[in-house]
Amino acid sequence: MTDFGAAFQAAITLVLDWEGDLAEIVSLSLRISLTAVAVAAVVGLPLGAALALFRFPGRKILVVLLNALMGLPPVVVGLVVYLMLSRAGPLGVLGLLFTPLAMTIAQMILITPIIAALARQVIEDLWDEYAEQLQSFGAGPGRAVTALLWDARFSLLTAVLAGFGRASAEVGAVMIVGGNIDHVTRVMTTSIALEVSKGDLALALGLGIVLVTLSVAVNAAVYLVKDAAQKRQLA
Amino acid sequence: MIRTLTRRALLGAALTVATSLALAPLVTPTAQAADRFITVASTTSTQNSGLFGFILPKFQAATGIEVRVVAVGTGKAIRMAQDGDADVLFVHHRPSEEKFVAEGFGVKRFDVMYNDFVIVGPQADPAGIKGGKDAAAAMKTIADAKAPFASRGDDSGTHKKEKGLWKAAGVDAAAASGTWYRETGSGMGATLNTAVAMNAYALTDRGTWLSFKNRGDLVVVVEGDPRLFNPYGVILVSAKKHPHVKSADGQAFIDWLVSKDGQQAIADFKVGGEQLFTPSAGG
Repeated sequence: MTDFGAAFQAAITLVLDWEGDLAEIVSLSLRISLTAVAVAAVVGLPLGAALALFRFPGRKILVVLLNALMGLPPVVVGLVVYLMLSRAGPLGVLGLLFTPLAMTIAQMILITPIIAALARQVIEDLWDEYAEQLQSFGAGPGRAVTALLWDARFSLLTAVLAGFGRASAEVGAVMIVGGNIDHVTRVMTTSIALEVSKGDLALALGLGIVLVTLSVAVNAAVYLVKDAAQKRQLA
Repeated sequence: MIRTLTRRALLGAALTVATSLALAPLVTPTAQAADRFITVASTTSTQNSGLFGFILPKFQAATGIEVRVVAVGTGKAIRMAQDGDADVLFVHHRPSEEKFVAEGFGVKRFDVMYNDFVIVGPQADPAGIKGGKDAAAAMKTIADAKAPFASRGDDSGTHKKEKGLWKAAGVDAAAASGTWYRETGSGMGATLNTAVAMNAYALTDRGTWLSFKNRGDLVVVVEGDPRLFNPYGVILVSAKKHPHVKSADGQAFIDWLVSKDGQQAIADFKVGGEQLFTPSAGG
């Protein structure tokens, strides 16, 4: 029990001593995860919408596959990216291993299927509702993709947030491709893992509290923006 | 319709700005990060003890070279260096290090420092080995008593050392895996956490043990056996195998480690007043 009290103390001390390493670690975590989410959204949302609207052979298999990829194990993604980026791997000449960019790539691979799969479901439901209407305007699936993505934007936000949640919480992939290098590739989750391995469980839990708080803050900010936009739309 | 279009354009612009803002620092190095850096593949024991955090700033101040440490088990560190993903290898398992150089992956091995391994175990000492000086005999007693023993099980330097001790003790510990012998397959700290939770015995390097904060009921039960000697070596990865290796800066790091300044820095590193590593270059 003492650990929990000590953890809250550690969390408060960490936040009060903001200009220390914590600010650097938090900003790197946010930068990596937000970039991964932005790229994954740009790729995943149209992909999901297209999969919802276009009919082609093998579509059902693709849908099942995409849904299954939501459960990609981070360690496996990390290992594959590691082997690709290693000097001994096919992309080794780029020298990207153990950089924030490598971590972003790994997270992007992890969360693009999540965003795409959730977007497909949202768009498919909406399409069932509006197919007739859109077709009567003469809008084919191509134009319907953009129209439906826009109409479903508030629901799709939840899909993007799910992606962000996965990205900011995972440790397996970024540990392997980033190497947890101090001041270079150390993020919140790898710091927590490191403190656990040092046996400093209170500090680890304190960092955990900061991470969860941060996640709540990001989600609250998104919720407020969404709420304001929805109200303006109704007015 | 027009309003929607403007809004879409605005949203698009906002997205672009946000993305580029987020991406910019990833492509352009941050102000603090030095342009000159080397990557060192090393072990969790050197990292977790805090040694690197203490000596690396001194080296960077002297030379302007930033050292990026990737701390993994010795087995993984050697693999990293073989693949060319590190410039310098800094580990603690002499036979593997000599093999690494002999196979042409490394230029030359330098002695840097040493500490020793200790066997830690519960205060109650169910196997009754406390105070012993013979590590192999103690481990034989643990096996006979079937007292829980937490092993790294990860092919690290410490794990290799432990396997050597079981061999010396004439015990086939791997056969008992899952019963009293428990392989955690993780780093030194994680294994110590497990040992604390299970009240098990474990082999650890003294550096990690002294700086470890979650000791619970465990204490050092066996120390001082010459077989528990734990030397660290540093090796520059060969540019013949991997032309991109930063040989000059990597060698500068090794030269500094074995220099008077580097050796002094290692000797000055203390946790709770206790010196963790003894410099041994040139000795």
